[in-house]
Amino acid sequence: MHGQPRKPARIEDAAVSTAKAEALRNLQTQFIHNHRNQIYTDEAIEVSAKLLEVNPEIYTAWNYRKLAVQNRLGSVAVPEAIKAVLDEELRVAEVALKQNPKAYGAWHHRKWVLKKGHSSIDRELRLLGLLLKLDGRNFHGWNHMRFIYGLKNVSEEEELKFSTDKIYSNFSNYSAWHNRSVILFKLLKEKAVQKEVLSEEYEFIHNAIFTDPDDQSGWFYHRWLLNQTITPENVLLIGSWPINGSELVLSTDRNNIGCTPVFLTSHHLKYVLHTGSLPIILYFSQPLKGLNSSTVTVESILGTNGHLDWRPVSMNNSGESHSWMTYVEIPDLGSHDAKQTFTVNFGNSEGIISTNCSSCIYPFQFQFTVDWSYTGSEWTERNVGAEVVDWKDENFNSDTLPHDLSDVLISLDQLRISKDNEATFSKWHLDTLSNEIDLFRDLSSDGSCKIANLTLARLLIAKDMVSHGFPVTGKRIHSQEVLDLFDGLMKMDPPHSQYYKDEHSLVLMDQITSDKEKLRKLCTHYRMPSSSSHAQYVCLQLNRLSLSRIGFFERLLWVQMLDLSHNEVRSIEGLEAMQLLCCLNLSNNKIRSFSALGPLRLIKSLRVLDISNNEIGAHSTDSTRYTWPSPLSHNTEEYMKDVEQTAHWEAILLFKGLILTQLDVKGNAIADESLQALLPRVLPTLKWLDRVEL
Amino acid sequence: MKLEEEKHVQYILSVEKRSNDLESLVMDHLKLSGAYWGLTTLHLLGRLSSVDQDRIIDWVLKCQHESGGFAGNVGHDPHILHTLSAVQVLALFDRMDVLDVDKLCSCILLYVGSSSDVAGLQNEDGSFSGDMWGEIDTRFSYCSICCLALLHRLDEINIEKAVSYIVSCKNLDGGFGCTPGAESHAGQIFCCVGALAITGCLSYIDKDLLGWWLCERQVKSGGLNGRPEKLPDVCYSWWVLSSLIMIDRVDWIDKNKLSQFILECQDTENGGISDRPDDAVDVYHTYFGIAGLSHLEYPGLKAIDPAYALPVEVVDRIFIGK
Repeated sequence: MHGQPRKPARIEDAAVSTAKAEALRNLQTQFIHNHRNQIYTDEAIEVSAKLLEVNPEIYTAWNYRKLAVQNRLGSVAVPEAIKAVLDEELRVAEVALKQNPKAYGAWHHRKWVLKKGHSSIDRELRLLGLLLKLDGRNFHGWNHMRFIYGLKNVSEEEELKFSTDKIYSNFSNYSAWHNRSVILFKLLKEKAVQKEVLSEEYEFIHNAIFTDPDDQSGWFYHRWLLNQTITPENVLLIGSWPINGSELVLSTDRNNIGCTPVFLTSHHLKYVLHTGSLPIILYFSQPLKGLNSSTVTVESILGTNGHLDWRPVSMNNSGESHSWMTYVEIPDLGSHDAKQTFTVNFGNSEGIISTNCSSCIYPFQFQFTVDWSYTGSEWTERNVGAEVVDWKDENFNSDTLPHDLSDVLISLDQLRISKDNEATFSKWHLDTLSNEIDLFRDLSSDGSCKIANLTLARLLIAKDMVSHGFPVTGKRIHSQEVLDLFDGLMKMDPPHSQYYKDEHSLVLMDQITSDKEKLRKLCTHYRMPSSSSHAQYVCLQLNRLSLSRIGFFERLLWVQMLDLSHNEVRSIEGLEAMQLLCCLNLSNNKIRSFSALGPLRLIKSLRVLDISNNEIGAHSTDSTRYTWPSPLSHNTEEYMKDVEQTAHWEAILLFKGLILTQLDVKGNAIADESLQALLPRVLPTLKWLDRVEL
Repeated sequence: MKLEEEKHVQYILSVEKRSNDLESLVMDHLKLSGAYWGLTTLHLLGRLSSVDQDRIIDWVLKCQHESGGFAGNVGHDPHILHTLSAVQVLALFDRMDVLDVDKLCSCILLYVGSSSDVAGLQNEDGSFSGDMWGEIDTRFSYCSICCLALLHRLDEINIEKAVSYIVSCKNLDGGFGCTPGAESHAGQIFCCVGALAITGCLSYIDKDLLGWWLCERQVKSGGLNGRPEKLPDVCYSWWVLSSLIMIDRVDWIDKNKLSQFILECQDTENGGISDRPDDAVDVYHTYFGIAGLSHLEYPGLKAIDPAYALPVEVVDRIFIGK
């Protein structure tokens, strides 16, 4: 009952209503009888027409009419007679659409008739023009128009002109803007005209936004144009581990079961690995699928690793991922030089698919060396599980951190993959963005226009990115202004404040992770309280930054110990890319369910996890229920079948397969006795639960 | 304002009993879907036991066509929309055992309503038709996928093609339409996001882009609309809110204001919820209002699953329970 006023029943209304009901019931009964008995006489067909006139949504009546048409066409051969039968159907559908312009069945019936090819397409277009004049937002009408244009082979230029006319007659027509984007998307595939088309569209959309900035019709179109402007044509490699030019020192303490190689970098960042093979992690600007050993090869003195198994670091069934990793087998030592160089090389794009971008990967190549000569064994997995990791401030010290961590912390400079890479963005990009920034700065000057402020923030972020090229490094010139804009938006538009807060957090993350100085200041050394050896782990401390969202993981692939405590983090989406992560502190955040921690299932190096003092179990709505693979999302993996029907099936799903030695869960609504009893069973490697030794 | 739970229960029960007034006659052809809306509402209110379960199941089974598909009511033609409703109703009662699952699935794998085994509802490009007459819409992709998943038969269609068709309906704003090139609409977005959630393929969605579009559906009154520059309507408390939950962006709207809006759409005298304050109530909006409040964690309501549109306990029983 859309849009029908609620009113008290009046006697005279009731009488009318009863009469109408009586008539409708008679029609329905007759119709069902005719349909059941396949009666297609004129009288019977007329009953269905009357019924549809009253209620165009009775889908069975449309089906009946199609059967009746088929029945009639079986007995007529003259084109005029065929046309007469079909024209009658168009008439009935027209009457129905006047009664209800949104009746799915009537629209489909029309299409079914028109497909037979006996009807006047021009008349159809005229009718459609009238309908869209009455309601320019009727999406059935627009869909029908695209269908008719397809039948008639109307050119894209003509279709574009229709949308232009519609927009000029009313800027506030989202449907017309949408239709425009569909046509332009096709036109933009032709690279030669891209810049010209985009420039014209910016001009066009300004008319809409500046006429009435509060009207949403133009908002999404502008954002789409901006995305079209700043998305590189190709997929780029924007992060890796090891990083280009780095030197890894490998220990060969093979006596220590489960953690054969130990990696140290030239600056004492140590990597403990658990498989006897060297991981290589790649992070791309767009999610893609189909990466394999012929796409990316790894060469060393040992030859080309021909059969590398590249795997997406992703939990989705789609197989698409930003991040891909493989393991290179470590050769038997002794028979080779102490130092070896590995070259990671992009081969070809064959089989690579990216839904968001053109499928080609921008060529890249990078090198790192591995030094086998290190024989020390002070750093092995023994240390990680040997005693409780305590996240207290006094255990973290920045003084002992080697000063020059820069090449380890920031790999991005070295990731300049090709000297042609700067060509991704041209002067046109910068000029276009500068021009937009000027315009929106004007529009936002009185401080009250939400979309002006939001668009300005997005433009400034884009400008910072475009100025630096890919991968994005270097100081963000505009970040303070952007942060201020988001602060302002939170006050200006409170219902959406969490959106601006999340954007604010991402800008902060970008600022931190792209600036060596800032990042260096957030790194400390963790020192085990009872350990005599100092300088064990380098910890990235992103705690107490009031972050509600985290990101830019491609710049954090090297991190093994991460403190995110005392923020407002609700989701750790994307964290799975941090494949070297060993210790993670997420305590005192706003994590609401075990499923929100789903990305951790992919981090097999994780040993120490603190999720205490969150909101797990405190909410009945779980917004991450479908963000991880579970029996609900068609995951057919074997181990899923073991999940027991308990109140804690999500905990089992999360922890099963992880090799944690230490876990803190206290301070969550869900952390009751039954969970406490369950966890050691699910995590047989666990030594400490809530700091209590098991 | 508070939720008039008892009045809504009475309203649903009265609609269930009525069959001769104009309103119920207009809805007659989709009574099975109406039953799903009403019964799910009762379940969320903890009052499913108020109805005569056996009588309803008998009637549901009478709506089944010989092809295996279900019609909106006895005497009508089978359609995937109502076939899903039938499965959902039986799931609510935990009585899927009365179904001949092979027969039901054959209606999706073959045409609904057709006795010849020419082809299923799934088309070559991965899209789905609603019945043998070939109307194509992502709504039918969702219905088929949801229905087969509830019956543990999802593997019998080509999931990869089904997903790629849905992805081909993605628009500039991150939303989805009913066919490729069609405008984004919150109802359609729910169907596409739901289908991608059920198939474990949410990564195809640009969550930030779609999340922004969806959160901007909230208008000043606190209600949600289904497309830009449209009026708010209680039914979008389901379509928009479920989509925001599935992509984990639900905090981007003001939940309290939305709760208030839904509560203001109640008929506090006679029960039921309408599309907007002071409009006439119906079962459809009553269901979407209460389901929306469930998503918003309104006290006393059972939780509802955003993808299968069934109570969480029912979904967990089907997928986790042995």
